[in-house]
Amino acid sequence: MFSASTEAAEVILKSGWFLENAFIIPIIPAVAFFLIIFFGKKMPMKGSEFGILSMFAALAMSLGAAYQWIQRVNGVSEETYVKPIIRSWTWWQNDGVSLGIGQHIDGLSITILVVVAFISSLVQIYSTEYLHGDRRYTHFFASLTLFSAGMLNMVVAENMIQLILGWELMGLCSFMLIGHWWEEGANSRAALKAFFTTRTGDIGLLVGTSVLFFAANDWTQKTLGVSGFSIRGLSAWALSGDPSSAAITVGAVALFIACIGKSGQFPLHTWLPDAMAGPTPVSSLLHSSTMVVAGVFLVARLYPVFYEGMNIYGNSVNFIVLIGGVTIVIAAALAFVQTDIKKVLAYSTVSQLGYMMMGLGAGAWLPAVFHIFTHAFFKACLFLGAGSISHSASHHSFDMKKDMGGLRKFMPITFSTWIVSTLALCGVFPFSGFFSKDEIIDNVGYAGYNFFMIVGLFGAFLTAAYMTRATYLTFFGEPRGAAAGEHHDDEHDAHASHDDHGHDAHGHDAHAHDSHAAHDAHDDHASHGPRESGLIITVPLILLATLALGSGFLNAPAFGEKWENLKKWVEPRAEVVSVTGIAKPAGAHGETRLAAGSTDTTVPSEETASPEEVVADGTTYSTEDTVADDSELRTTAVDDSHSEATDSGSHSKAEAGKDGGHHYSDCGTKTPVGGVCYAPQLKHAPFKWWKAGMSVGIVFLGMILSWLLCVQLYTRKNKKLVGLTERNKVLGAGYSFLANKYYLDTLYEKIIVRSIAHPISRGAYWFNQNVLDGIVNGAGTSTRKTAGWVYRNVDQKLVDGAVNGAGTSAENAGGALQPVQSGKVNQYGALLFGAAAIGALVLVIINF
Amino acid sequence: MEVLSDHNWVLTVGTFLPLVGVLIMLFIPKADEVLSKAVAIGTAAATLAVGVFTLVQFNYDKAGEMQFVAQAEWISVIKSSYYIGLDGISLPLYFLSMVITLLVMIYSWNHVPSPGNAKAFYILMLVLQTGMAGTFIARDLVLFFVFFELVLLPMYFMIGVWGGENRQYASLKFFLYTMFGSALMLVAFLALFFKTGAESFSIPFLIENGGAIAKNTQIWIFAGMFVGFAVKVPMFPFHTWLPDAHTQAPTQGSVILAAILLKLGTYGFVRIAIPTLPDAALEWAPWIGLLAVIGIIYGALGCLAQTDMKRLIAFSSVAHMGYVMLGISTLTSFGMNAAMFGMVAHGLITGMLFFVAGSVKERYHTLEIKRLSGMLVQMPKLGWILGFCAMASLGLPGLAGFWGEFPAILSAYQPAEGLNVTVFRVYMVVAAIGTVLAAGYLLWLYQRTAFGEPTEEFAAGHGHDEDIHDVNKFEWIAWTPLLIAIVVFGVYPQLMFQVLDPAVGVTLKAFGG
Amino acid sequence: MLLNQFLMLGAVLFCIGVYGVIVRKNAVLVLMSIELILNSVNINLLAFSLRNGSPDGHTFALYVIAVAAAEVGVGLAMVLLMYRNRRSVGLDDLSEMKG
Repeated sequence: MFSASTEAAEVILKSGWFLENAFIIPIIPAVAFFLIIFFGKKMPMKGSEFGILSMFAALAMSLGAAYQWIQRVNGVSEETYVKPIIRSWTWWQNDGVSLGIGQHIDGLSITILVVVAFISSLVQIYSTEYLHGDRRYTHFFASLTLFSAGMLNMVVAENMIQLILGWELMGLCSFMLIGHWWEEGANSRAALKAFFTTRTGDIGLLVGTSVLFFAANDWTQKTLGVSGFSIRGLSAWALSGDPSSAAITVGAVALFIACIGKSGQFPLHTWLPDAMAGPTPVSSLLHSSTMVVAGVFLVARLYPVFYEGMNIYGNSVNFIVLIGGVTIVIAAALAFVQTDIKKVLAYSTVSQLGYMMMGLGAGAWLPAVFHIFTHAFFKACLFLGAGSISHSASHHSFDMKKDMGGLRKFMPITFSTWIVSTLALCGVFPFSGFFSKDEIIDNVGYAGYNFFMIVGLFGAFLTAAYMTRATYLTFFGEPRGAAAGEHHDDEHDAHASHDDHGHDAHGHDAHAHDSHAAHDAHDDHASHGPRESGLIITVPLILLATLALGSGFLNAPAFGEKWENLKKWVEPRAEVVSVTGIAKPAGAHGETRLAAGSTDTTVPSEETASPEEVVADGTTYSTEDTVADDSELRTTAVDDSHSEATDSGSHSKAEAGKDGGHHYSDCGTKTPVGGVCYAPQLKHAPFKWWKAGMSVGIVFLGMILSWLLCVQLYTRKNKKLVGLTERNKVLGAGYSFLANKYYLDTLYEKIIVRSIAHPISRGAYWFNQNVLDGIVNGAGTSTRKTAGWVYRNVDQKLVDGAVNGAGTSAENAGGALQPVQSGKVNQYGALLFGAAAIGALVLVIINF
Repeated sequence: MEVLSDHNWVLTVGTFLPLVGVLIMLFIPKADEVLSKAVAIGTAAATLAVGVFTLVQFNYDKAGEMQFVAQAEWISVIKSSYYIGLDGISLPLYFLSMVITLLVMIYSWNHVPSPGNAKAFYILMLVLQTGMAGTFIARDLVLFFVFFELVLLPMYFMIGVWGGENRQYASLKFFLYTMFGSALMLVAFLALFFKTGAESFSIPFLIENGGAIAKNTQIWIFAGMFVGFAVKVPMFPFHTWLPDAHTQAPTQGSVILAAILLKLGTYGFVRIAIPTLPDAALEWAPWIGLLAVIGIIYGALGCLAQTDMKRLIAFSSVAHMGYVMLGISTLTSFGMNAAMFGMVAHGLITGMLFFVAGSVKERYHTLEIKRLSGMLVQMPKLGWILGFCAMASLGLPGLAGFWGEFPAILSAYQPAEGLNVTVFRVYMVVAAIGTVLAAGYLLWLYQRTAFGEPTEEFAAGHGHDEDIHDVNKFEWIAWTPLLIAIVVFGVYPQLMFQVLDPAVGVTLKAFGG
Repeated sequence: MLLNQFLMLGAVLFCIGVYGVIVRKNAVLVLMSIELILNSVNINLLAFSLRNGSPDGHTFALYVIAVAAAEVGVGLAMVLLMYRNRRSVGLDDLSEMKG
């Protein structure tokens, strides 16, 4: 079927045990979860050993897989599409078609696998100290482990249903973890809010999955032999030219709504700051590599669907880039009015996720994924740093204004790791954030979204400013409150309600409930004043800070192409991959293909078209639209188009080489010929030092301005500035607008939720009790009433009246018949037989 | 030996064995409660053993076909025969009924509700079991009807004798409401019988010939069946008996009611109404779908308005059965599979929730949500079980509830040919919104009852300490199988889908799969 | 054909039975008369069964015998109770059903 030249081009892709069995990675923590639940309390380390060991095992397997993946990628040329390692087993079935569960391992999943496993391991180690002695220590580790299992499962997911499984498991675990200290009403409310908000977004996930499944299933089954849930199938389908624009757009928008909920994008970001009610390691895990990254991951995973559905290749504003851009700015603005250090970081996460979304929305796939990677390290480091502060210095308070300040002297390690991570977050060269964030901004501009490039730069400015403020308040100036060694209970009550919802920082309940052993334990050293945390806490910090500093060099175009490793390893190559069975007509679409087909082509019949990939690994074709008539290209002439394609392949590559070595495929813009595409061809902005210089300049500007302002406000207490928001109405209004989080929470909680929970549900219930039940009861009552009426009127009056009307004759007749009722059995018998005899006579007469 | 090799006795034995137990129990003096209980549980266990044997002997490669078929003359005057059989659709429900009965009996060992009389209580449960199992295997309409009605009476007595304060009203409402539905259903059955030439009541015969009835007539016949089955499901707006019955019924009654009895209605749709009257089903489907999604939203709203835990769970049944009916109304294999899976999942999960509610009531003597708080503090295990069931109930993937919910939503996107696609897509979105509301009411319930500190009334040292204890031995025995099943079916749904799917395919032959 | 004779026998027995039921005052005798009536029916059933060559009649006759046995059992129990309460088995004493 294929010409000799194509067979020669066949490349054998390397694989390995770790790649083939990557599906085991999520199973390890899932098993550990059950072990912790059932045996954890009996173990010497209360179950945490299971969690930590499982995370180490997952990390080892992820690293092994990563190594083998790099081998696999390095084994082929730069243009070749590297086939992911896909395995699938029957999970459920419908209409005789089995639907699978399995693994889909490619560069993206391996990147996230490594990050998740690494950060989870560190967080678990950190937690053994941070939650030491907590009354639900074992439960905490169980949830944490299941949480990682959920994320890992989502990352390796072969299809959408498996992805939903991981997605929702994380939702569940975030509920358990945020509400870990559920004795406090505020914590359980925050947990509920997190679950509920993400669940609202999940409507989109369910709907989007359904829409895409039915739109794609026929095509994927016929072409690839996989269901319309399969990620591989959906990716190929999206770029195949088969989807109707309505279906794919609706599907993409619906899925994106789920991402908005999960990744805390505007306007569903409100649950993220509240989620800080959970223990700090949870916040760290949630906000760096799991949960909130899930939404970004989904967009990256199903990128072709979003690429086509949202029209990303055009440079008009699309939904993703818009939401991303808006989120960057509004979240960054909110970070300015927070006094809780964790909330600053939470809004910072929201804002950074906005960057990732914006990047994805503008076609900057790789920079966005890279930003997931780098952000995980420095954000985890920042959160754990905040935890370290509250654990050892500020007496479980997270209030920067009341209980921190001047901590740099007491906590040198925490301070230096914090500074490294902050610089990385702000995007200062050469910290990791610079390479990823700057690339996003750069590529967004390069793709033609100039406005959003400015938004990105503005966001970078704001990031630098609020992080400087947070750093200043925490580590510089004079120690205040607990940081100064003060230790009194009413203080906590006062700062506990720093939030307009009366949320308590969980440090508060250290005093409210003596039962919290974790906090009791803390009291021992509280009186000693601030000091550095122990090794269990600082070692993870140091590791993370190192990566926050160094991980950027994995993909540093600033130093030339050789440094673009992540691009080489992770970005899927946009190449047309041959699939046998493509020639099979797919519905109405396929008929046109057939009609234009040349006569000597072999069209596999419906029965014989095997959906298997014959050229399984690596036989790939790069094509160019050299044949004039597009409709002819859509013919089933696989042989012809293939040979043509390969003829022109070298030509096209050579030509593409001129275009910065990037542009060589039509994937994503034109219907692929003779095969399918799994990834769209994306543009990469060439690195320019002046652009980078400009953005770093903006960052420094933000830092300096913010620093000066902080000094004036917080240290010098400049009369002109302090209390300005109370004096100036415009500023005051702006402040309260921000302090109230744009009133979105008010809208959701006070208006929507309350109206559903109260008037609407009450109304429905009233309807139930009074109308529906009323009808039922009414039917009963009216039947009884009718019966009564019938008795009174019909029976008593009408019938009785008739009897009366019949007069005495009837009565006499009755009287006459009375003797018959003698009570004598013999008489009755005689009557019976007499009547029977008469009846028999009548019958005989009639029958004659 | 021909008979034995077919194993066609297993269904008869499995169905009527409980009645043998009843016979034996009649000779046990009322005072000897332990013996009564032991005999009843032994009977149920033996029945379950027969069920397990059925499960083992079942040919899974031919799950779409009727197996263990037994046919005998019964009432030849009206052309009704004793005709029973089991396929992939019946098997899970048939088996579930046996499991639930046994577990409920074990739970009842030290939970016989007032006014006591364990003997009568257990006898009723055994009779109930025969009725439930019989309904799922009957292949003859008259036989089906007899079993369908046989279930009513024991349940009536269970609610009426062992129920709560308002039991008279609730039991009568349950009985009359269902009877009303059954009456119309019987008329529909008779109409179907006569319209197909008055030749046979056998369901396969009716399926073969029912399609030939004129469409308008079909629609009317379907209407009769619809009312009969919809009352049992219960579908909005025929659901009002359910909250009352559940609230007043003893725990055991609630569990059986939720786990099995409600499924008789949906099973009737799948087994009888839809395959025998395909044209009418197509006409009715959008309306069934509409009532289903109204039920989903309405049930959820009803839940949010509740102050009583048990009543809340009862309303959640309305919402969940809405998903089942939505799946059925699409007339697609996805929908039917979801519906069948959803029925079993709902049986397991809501049954479990009622168990928990019963145990809470036993400990606190109230189910008022306002007065309950901090259950996790006082009874951590029970609290976690409640949380687990709430999560399963709201359709968390990885637990059984998801597989009844998601494919149902999925199926509504593309209903069977001949149905209005736009209408069903609207249903899909509404049903998806329903999942959020489900999360809302269940978590809200959980937050208020399990989280926080116990209310002052029930705090330690206020005279309730003796009653308030964690899960006891009998509860563990009764609950563990359900909890495991919820996880197992959630993690590996293929276990059930492989049985359901072929049978669903056969059922939907008239609709092109 | 023997059928007529059987029918005649049945009719005679029936008439005797009816006569007994109507005339006799003693409850025990009335019960016996009823027995006669039932047996006359049995004879008819068997006669027709033989003539038609189908076992239906036999079956029915067996049923009737079974029912008759039950009836006599219950009836005699009632008579016994009556005797205990009233020291009499006269049917005329039982006239509470008088209208």
